[in-house]
Amino acid sequence: MKRLVHRIIFVLFILLIWQLFFKLNIWPNYLFPSPMMVFQTLLEGFKDGTFVNAIIISFKRLLIGFFISIIFGVLFGLIIASNEMIDETVGPFILALQSIPSIVWLPLALLWFSLGEAAIIFVVVLGGTWNMVINTRTGIKNVQPVFMQAAKTMGVNKIQLFWKVIIPAAVPHLITGMRLSWAFSWRALMAGELIGSGSGLGQLLMWGRDMGNMSLVISIIILIGSIGYLTDNYIFKKIENKVLTRWGLNT
Amino acid sequence: MAFLEIKNVNKYFPMENGSQLNVLNNINFKIEKHEFVSLIGPSGCGKSTLLNILAGLIHADSGELLLNDKAITKPGNDRVMVFQESALFPWLSVIENVMFGLKIQQIDKKTAYTKALKQLKAVHLAEFKDSYPHQLSGGMKQRVAIARALVINPAVLLMDEPFGALDDQTRLLLHKELINLWLKTKKTIVFVTHNIREAIKLSDRIIVFANNPGRIIEKINIDLPQPRNKDNKKLVELENRILNLLQSEMNFEGGYRYEEIGA
Repeated sequence: MKRLVHRIIFVLFILLIWQLFFKLNIWPNYLFPSPMMVFQTLLEGFKDGTFVNAIIISFKRLLIGFFISIIFGVLFGLIIASNEMIDETVGPFILALQSIPSIVWLPLALLWFSLGEAAIIFVVVLGGTWNMVINTRTGIKNVQPVFMQAAKTMGVNKIQLFWKVIIPAAVPHLITGMRLSWAFSWRALMAGELIGSGSGLGQLLMWGRDMGNMSLVISIIILIGSIGYLTDNYIFKKIENKVLTRWGLNT
Repeated sequence: MAFLEIKNVNKYFPMENGSQLNVLNNINFKIEKHEFVSLIGPSGCGKSTLLNILAGLIHADSGELLLNDKAITKPGNDRVMVFQESALFPWLSVIENVMFGLKIQQIDKKTAYTKALKQLKAVHLAEFKDSYPHQLSGGMKQRVAIARALVINPAVLLMDEPFGALDDQTRLLLHKELINLWLKTKKTIVFVTHNIREAIKLSDRIIVFANNPGRIIEKINIDLPQPRNKDNKKLVELENRILNLLQSEMNFEGGYRYEEIGA
């Protein structure tokens, strides 16, 4: 409760400073809107359905891309973790790929898939996959030896050991991987949507820029941040916490 | 023909400086069916290594291990192990943990459940069947681990310092429970511990190890009926005898301190 009060005070403080700068009239109003103007844009955007529509379109792309990147990530991660030579050979390259900002892939996406859904999803997949590879590999590699020893003395064969012990033991890492990949995919999506057609959140943002409508641009920035925070905190963190507690890793 | 035979077993571990550490040096002994045998000795004497070799988790460099005349080469559910740390699977409930060894044998779920519940009752944890390991105390976890092993009905139960991480009070309770289970099931048990009093209280026979190199220095029979009273004069005498045995080994370089072998 106290935390909430502190946060509200903090937001009010930011709004106050914002308002102050607005009053100073350093920039013209259409370039630097007041908090009230942005609030009105937000309200109207939701009223006429533009924002809800944009969010739905963006989420559809995000979910498709995220889903594909999780499948690819887990698959590559398993392959890498299963063989020491493959691990040592491709490990550094995966880390290098993970360090590439998603926006860098845009030119390739445009040339290969032209302006369209596929280009955006391609960027989202590249944004989420590498992290998932790394987390899957770590999860598989860090299964406590005592779990595997116990299972072996209870008579498991190799296939049972993999599906009934290694995979469930790796679940905490897999969940953390999914949470991070979701965040990376979300960022990649916003980068991807800056180009191409359609009416996702990113495209609405670019449209605001083209129209010189900074109220709209700031509104969408607020939306992007809020959605990212809400999905992370209220969906993924919750799942992650539950898993960590059950797996005895939450102290 | 003994039930479990260990013949001329040797094991070496490579050291950082390139030399070989002889953790098990020419180990020979036999265990009869229904026997409760403790392997005791200081850290580094190879007793846990030997248990792992019996489980098939690691291999001896030379020698032979026979269970019912058949060579031990890999892990199998005729030799189930209970570990010092909780090796319960945290993603499974208590009863699912106990059912694990049955389900991987393709035993149908209903039969597995009935058997597991019965075994949980035997360790007095039936009411916790739907709990998860993280909700249990250390002692309860070990009781579930014992149930999970016994439900498979292995030929030999291997126990690697199963009560080493518990407080004294819990340990005493679990001794009682293990003895009751053993009297009922008459399982063959190989029990590794560095706690002399624990070994004396539980076992039919104690095999005393020393380190550098890991070897057997004494085999002691204890012909006292169970359950035993810890103040029994014979037990106290035995405790002193083993303590002296181990202390006489203490002057080795890289030896151990008194606390490590103390009761």
